[in-house]
Amino acid sequence: MSEVKYSKEHEWIKLEGDVATIGITKHATEMLGDIVFAELPEKGSSVEKDGTAGVVESTKAASDVYTPVSGEIVDTNQAIVDDPSKINQDPENSAWFFKLKIKDPSEMDTLMNKDDYDKFAKETSA
Amino acid sequence: METKKTSLYQLHKDSNAKFVEFAGYQMPIQYSEGIVEEHKFTRNHSGIFDVSHMGQLFIYGGEDLIKDLEKIFPLNLKNLKLNHSKYSFLMDKDAGIHDDLIITKINEGFLIILNAACKDNDFKILKELLNEKHKMVLDVNRSLIAIQGPKSSQILNEIVDEVKNLNFMSGNWFLFENQKVYITRSGYTGEDGFEISIPNNFADKLTRELINKGSKLVGLGARDTLRLEAGLCLYGHDLDKDKTPVEANLKWAISKERISKGDFIGSDIIIKQLTDGVSKIRVGIKPEGRIIAREKTKIFNQSDVLIGEITSGTFGPSVNGPVAMGYVENEFSKKNTKVFLEVRGKKHAASICSLPFYKKSYVKGANQ
Repeated sequence: MSEVKYSKEHEWIKLEGDVATIGITKHATEMLGDIVFAELPEKGSSVEKDGTAGVVESTKAASDVYTPVSGEIVDTNQAIVDDPSKINQDPENSAWFFKLKIKDPSEMDTLMNKDDYDKFAKETSA
Repeated sequence: METKKTSLYQLHKDSNAKFVEFAGYQMPIQYSEGIVEEHKFTRNHSGIFDVSHMGQLFIYGGEDLIKDLEKIFPLNLKNLKLNHSKYSFLMDKDAGIHDDLIITKINEGFLIILNAACKDNDFKILKELLNEKHKMVLDVNRSLIAIQGPKSSQILNEIVDEVKNLNFMSGNWFLFENQKVYITRSGYTGEDGFEISIPNNFADKLTRELINKGSKLVGLGARDTLRLEAGLCLYGHDLDKDKTPVEANLKWAISKERISKGDFIGSDIIIKQLTDGVSKIRVGIKPEGRIIAREKTKIFNQSDVLIGEITSGTFGPSVNGPVAMGYVENEFSKKNTKVFLEVRGKKHAASICSLPFYKKSYVKGANQ
């Protein structure tokens, strides 16, 4: 099993071969509240590390979703577009956002492991 | 300036509220269950809202006061029956709206409920307009608790006997723990419900009893989604000094008799707009699909010409889709007119629709 890594923008990323699955963390969903809208990147499009790659909206506000690594979008999760409440229910598993073919595996090294992220999330929400 | 706390602050804290600063007060935006659940619970059962940040202005007086207030408000106040309420506005001479409010005739004069962010300025304006002739008290010793939703009448009646006999937009004094509470059948959710003006020391006790009887605390987040689905305006967003009641499509709230006399502040502009029409008007807007168009979203016609702006927009949990209202040029205000909303650089189809998005279920009269 590959290790899950985390970004400061509260995305999680799981790398299998050269394809990474990306979503938003449980902590992010708790801060956002009820998610009622999700917009995903186009399949086949290229995204740059830390660039915008989608949007989620709660009843209160819209927030950008960023990609923690660069690459080409190979798949998106239509199920969360059709029913955005799934993101609140299972954010770090079935409610993934998109999969991309990564360009530069070394970008993974800039991200946090679970312990560091949990600490970061706790500190930044305090 | 330190943020103020309402008498229910501890109860909000005990109930895991997430707080937000609103009009100088620490107010609950939501509790643990979240905005969508709180919204639905209000529509299906009963929700309690702490609206103690709103202004409760008592103005004391008789015939003289009625005459003086008729110079300010576009209402037929001399015919307003004891304990009956009307929705109205405080306007400037150009009919721009300083605030929207509910005014109730009480024995000693009038009780006016004002928006939290406007209340101090309203007080100043009214004091000047009334020349300090009448005693005015912006009461900080009373809290205001709203209970809204289909089960609210039954729940409140278990605690305050006979309250279920109140008619919509009327009120009366009742007793709770031997304290005088003024209760009106009114609200801001599109549901049947009540607003309770109660001494601060008893607000917590009353609210805990309402919770024990099955009602639940609901935050400002759901208050906003509920009122928007009900097509009700939020001051500072859908209404402000650059908009008149005619432009806001609220001419129903202006007394016809008072228009014919035209002797209130702003009446010249109101009469002109009613005769000549307005260039912009408030409408309901339903985006196609799920895209949410929020405040300040630009509205375009089918020829890609800018025709207006959204003033409130969110996701409506009971509608299960996006809802919005805004102002468009009058010629594009007809129901079903196709428009486009610019969200994050892309244009999304929407149509002009009638309000409310969610059908009201006010009790027309328990005695009728």
